[in-house]
Amino acid sequence: MVVAIAIIRQRSLIATVMLSSFFSLLMAGTFVLLDAVDVAFAEAAVGAGITTVLLLSALVLTSSVEVQPLKTNWLALVLTIATAGVLFYGVSDLPTFGDAAAPAQRHVAPRYLEMAEIETGIPNVVTSVLASYRGYDTFGELTVVFTAGIGVLLLMTPGVRRRKTPKKQDENVT
Amino acid sequence: MWILGTYNYWIFITLMMIGLYIVIVRGNLVKKIIGLNIFQSSVFLFFISVGKISDGTAPIILHDGGEAIYSNPLPHVLILTAIVVAVSTSALALSLIVRIHESYGTIQEDLIREAERAP
Amino acid sequence: MMATEHLILRVVAKLLIPLILLFGLYVQFHGETGPGGGFQAGVIFAAAFILYALVFGPENTRRVAPEWLISTLMAIGVLLYFSTGAASLLYRANFLEYGVLSTDFVAGQKLGIFLVELGVGITVSSVMIAIYLAFAERQGSG
Repeated sequence: MVVAIAIIRQRSLIATVMLSSFFSLLMAGTFVLLDAVDVAFAEAAVGAGITTVLLLSALVLTSSVEVQPLKTNWLALVLTIATAGVLFYGVSDLPTFGDAAAPAQRHVAPRYLEMAEIETGIPNVVTSVLASYRGYDTFGELTVVFTAGIGVLLLMTPGVRRRKTPKKQDENVT
Repeated sequence: MWILGTYNYWIFITLMMIGLYIVIVRGNLVKKIIGLNIFQSSVFLFFISVGKISDGTAPIILHDGGEAIYSNPLPHVLILTAIVVAVSTSALALSLIVRIHESYGTIQEDLIREAERAP
Repeated sequence: MMATEHLILRVVAKLLIPLILLFGLYVQFHGETGPGGGFQAGVIFAAAFILYALVFGPENTRRVAPEWLISTLMAIGVLLYFSTGAASLLYRANFLEYGVLSTDFVAGQKLGIFLVELGVGITVSSVMIAIYLAFAERQGSG
């Protein structure tokens, strides 16, 4: 959280990217503490790796300093604190942390945990849920990744940069 | 005592608000993307923390006999998908930012708005 | 700008890249018994290529990852996933119900999951490589 506040305050964008990479690493560590090893794996690889590299590449291709002065926008601050207050109130009814009898743990999850190895034969329940029980969602996710790849290639294939066009006319391809 | 028991929700809310603040306030487009990432990470944290069971362990079935308590695998699956979608949208957004910079010469939101209004 | 500049970087990268590739393959194929799976493996595999591109430049990377190959691989992964699901349609079962792909239901599940994760790994790694190289080859605006 300290890292997140530091991100707000930083002016140099390169430092911001470094801080966000560190933030991803801390997130990955937190996920491990919460027993989510697959997620921690993915977050560490993706957040601290790919996102950082892409952010840095984008910075190289654009400017690297934030020009705007760092005045605090009080209206936005008040609004976000008000939203936080509403969320706090909404959250007060949620079950306590780690409660084994919470509704989230009861319906489908025990069945997955018990039957996954019997029905699919692999010990990693997350993979079996991802690829078999919820395989259709994973297919959609793969399509999302593929579409993002196509989109980036369409936008960024090396070519002559056209500074003459004030408005981008190629919005219809994305 | 529910205040102490739900501290994970507090962290999630604070992080989410910080991310939201960055997106709203900072005019630099790259910083907005980073703020969006913080926002998304807070949601991931929320989901994973909901799935955790006290004294549980990672949901990989162990074969050393005996009963083991496993944390809920379902949020992990959803968040895995969400992480990949998040990086895809970030990559696409960054490529859009690069193209915007080439068209307008800047990535400050207010300067871009002025350039749009002018001619 | 190749000869002795960044010598340490180049040597360390040459040592690390095969290990990263190997680790990526390990994560891909052991995603069933340990943490990991298609996405993580794809990202790690791509990270090896990105490291190569960072140290040795995108032009050299293009020699092992030409554009047509990467674009084709992106599509092949998705096709693999889809075909695995469609193959079960041929057996008059539901889409993506892998159990009918083999004689034993559990073996069919294992086969289906293996193929599906492979498709995921291929597409994710090629997409990440393609995105990074697209960024790296773009001419800067000044």
